Amino acid sequence: MTTPQPDAQGHFGPYGGRYVPEVLMAPLEQIENAYREARLDPAFQNELKDLLANYAGRPTPLYRARRLGELAGGARVYLKREDLLHTGAHKINNCLGQALLARRMGKRRIIAETGAGQHGVATATVCALFGLDCVVYMGEEDMRRQRLNVFRMRLLGAKVVGVTGGSRTLKDAISEAMRDWVTNIDSTHYLLGSALGAHPYPMMVRDFHRVIGEETRRQILEAERRLPDVIFACVGGGSNAIGMFHPFVGDEGVKLVGVEAGGRGAGLGEHAARFSGGSPGVLHGAYSYLLQDGDGQVSLTHSVSAGLDYALVGPEHAWLNDTRRAEYVSVSDAEALEAARTLARTEGIIPALESAHAVAEALKRAPAAKGELFVINVSGRGDKDTDIYREHLRELDEQ
Amino acid sequence: MFARLREQGRTGFVGYITAGDPEPGRTPALAAALERGGVDLIELGVPFSDPIADGPVIQRGAARALQAGTTLRKVLDIAAEIRRHSDIPLLLFTYMNPVLRFGLTELAAQAATHGIDGCLLTDLSVEEAGPYTEAMHASGLDTVFLAAPTSTERRLKLTAQYSTGFVYLVSRTGVTGESESLSAGVEPLVRSMRAHTELPIAVGFGISTPEQVRAAGLHGDAVVVGSAFERIIENSLATGGIEERLEARARELAAGLPSKKP
Repeated sequence: MTTPQPDAQGHFGPYGGRYVPEVLMAPLEQIENAYREARLDPAFQNELKDLLANYAGRPTPLYRARRLGELAGGARVYLKREDLLHTGAHKINNCLGQALLARRMGKRRIIAETGAGQHGVATATVCALFGLDCVVYMGEEDMRRQRLNVFRMRLLGAKVVGVTGGSRTLKDAISEAMRDWVTNIDSTHYLLGSALGAHPYPMMVRDFHRVIGEETRRQILEAERRLPDVIFACVGGGSNAIGMFHPFVGDEGVKLVGVEAGGRGAGLGEHAARFSGGSPGVLHGAYSYLLQDGDGQVSLTHSVSAGLDYALVGPEHAWLNDTRRAEYVSVSDAEALEAARTLARTEGIIPALESAHAVAEALKRAPAAKGELFVINVSGRGDKDTDIYREHLRELDEQ
Repeated sequence: MFARLREQGRTGFVGYITAGDPEPGRTPALAAALERGGVDLIELGVPFSDPIADGPVIQRGAARALQAGTTLRKVLDIAAEIRRHSDIPLLLFTYMNPVLRFGLTELAAQAATHGIDGCLLTDLSVEEAGPYTEAMHASGLDTVFLAAPTSTERRLKLTAQYSTGFVYLVSRTGVTGESESLSAGVEPLVRSMRAHTELPIAVGFGISTPEQVRAAGLHGDAVVVGSAFERIIENSLATGGIEERLEARARELAAGLPSKKP
């Protein structure tokens, strides 16, 4: 790829762009301009760097998982430990960046959407840190499933608004956040939590997470004196994956594997595998692979992991897929649960269910990859998923 | 679409209803009721699963229409049925994805033969609109775009360039739905827009009383009412008599229109 991605209009190949009501167009231009300025401003970059190091806990370790590698039988496996970050997942990288940007733009009110609650907690956290008002939209169904995170957000001072429309999940929370934003555009910054939405969000969110891949590159070169053969990351909207992949896109020898939620079956509504089950369409501001029916209505999705449970994939992933620079596969609910248990018992690391999808794909490929170097992005920790693990691994409760 | 109004020097009255709410078979009669009540142009909403630009009233209308099996193809049939009995201008009002899925060229061709006069996609920015406007104009359909209080001069100009038929000026930042008062920003916004276009300017969003109709009509060439009509449909679900009540509501609101343009 020789042309810069995205182009000036926010396109990755044909994907991305700006598909939003006119009310939001000028504000998106303002965010883009503010972001492009901030990116070149050493004071902004230094403050972000300091917060990432001293508040969030960067750099995160790149850990050689010897027992997992032995068990899988073949590859040398490294884990990028984003699960060790403050608030428990990679989400804080983007939240710190966007909160600094909001402050720079003079916005005192932050809104966000959340599915499982991880992005909501990270947003509530940075708002507490910067003294900003915070409103988080969350589907009522998700609030029921993730009660602990709802309480964490409230403890941090955020207002959590239950969304009752549609399927009462992440998709509806984003719609409601966008409605709030068009209504309160002067005072409010929308702190979107994944590499989704209208330009400049996919680019900006990617850039704030690029630190994952940059650190990994430095760390693997130090440890192994070479680049990895394969990198695995789970893909919902795709923020952790794009942050990990992006610094390696130019290294043709490094295979990039994105892992979507295969859910509980191949039928529409049973999974969130946009590449195998979807087709290009527009949702929430961007053009990308979308799960939809024959009339262009957006499909419901399913995954045991709320963070992967969304109908559209981030537009840059669509482009990496079409250019065959990255490969996208899916892993079922059951495989992800089993991989989580394996990682817990070989390495003493309980991953988030999202991250467990990446672990599962790596485990599948390891036996045929003797001598190869694998990196798995463990994007978050599993504390938030304890109830779901309990529900699905009942035999452990009954011991 | 407003040629006749211009000749008559009247302020136009645009009415929105979600096609297929509460059932596809009933929409032609509801459109006829609006026309009897004084509506000059009907916006036929094509329901979409994720209507980010709509407030709760139209969201619920879209959900009912989808529940009743409404698709873009069915809305075209509804339009053809309306067209059999009336020559009232019809504007499709929807989101990008159902149209993309149908196919831009295919929709343009079908819409023209089903009596549709134009189309407005609320989440399509002019920056992404090239292939769409090309397809629509090739079939003789108008493309209406939104201008908003946040639009810069540069963006107002773009909106004017891409719009044919008329320009739809959003009277306030926010989603569709009734509001207490008309924003004071409407007048300067209309004035800025006029500097960029000769097209008629329709003013909409948040207009639900005769007083608001009058206030908007003093500045714009037409006034758009949507949620107030959708609310009538919703409130009449249990009681029946939707047609009568819609017609009466349209008449009541039309009475607010300023009679003659200077």
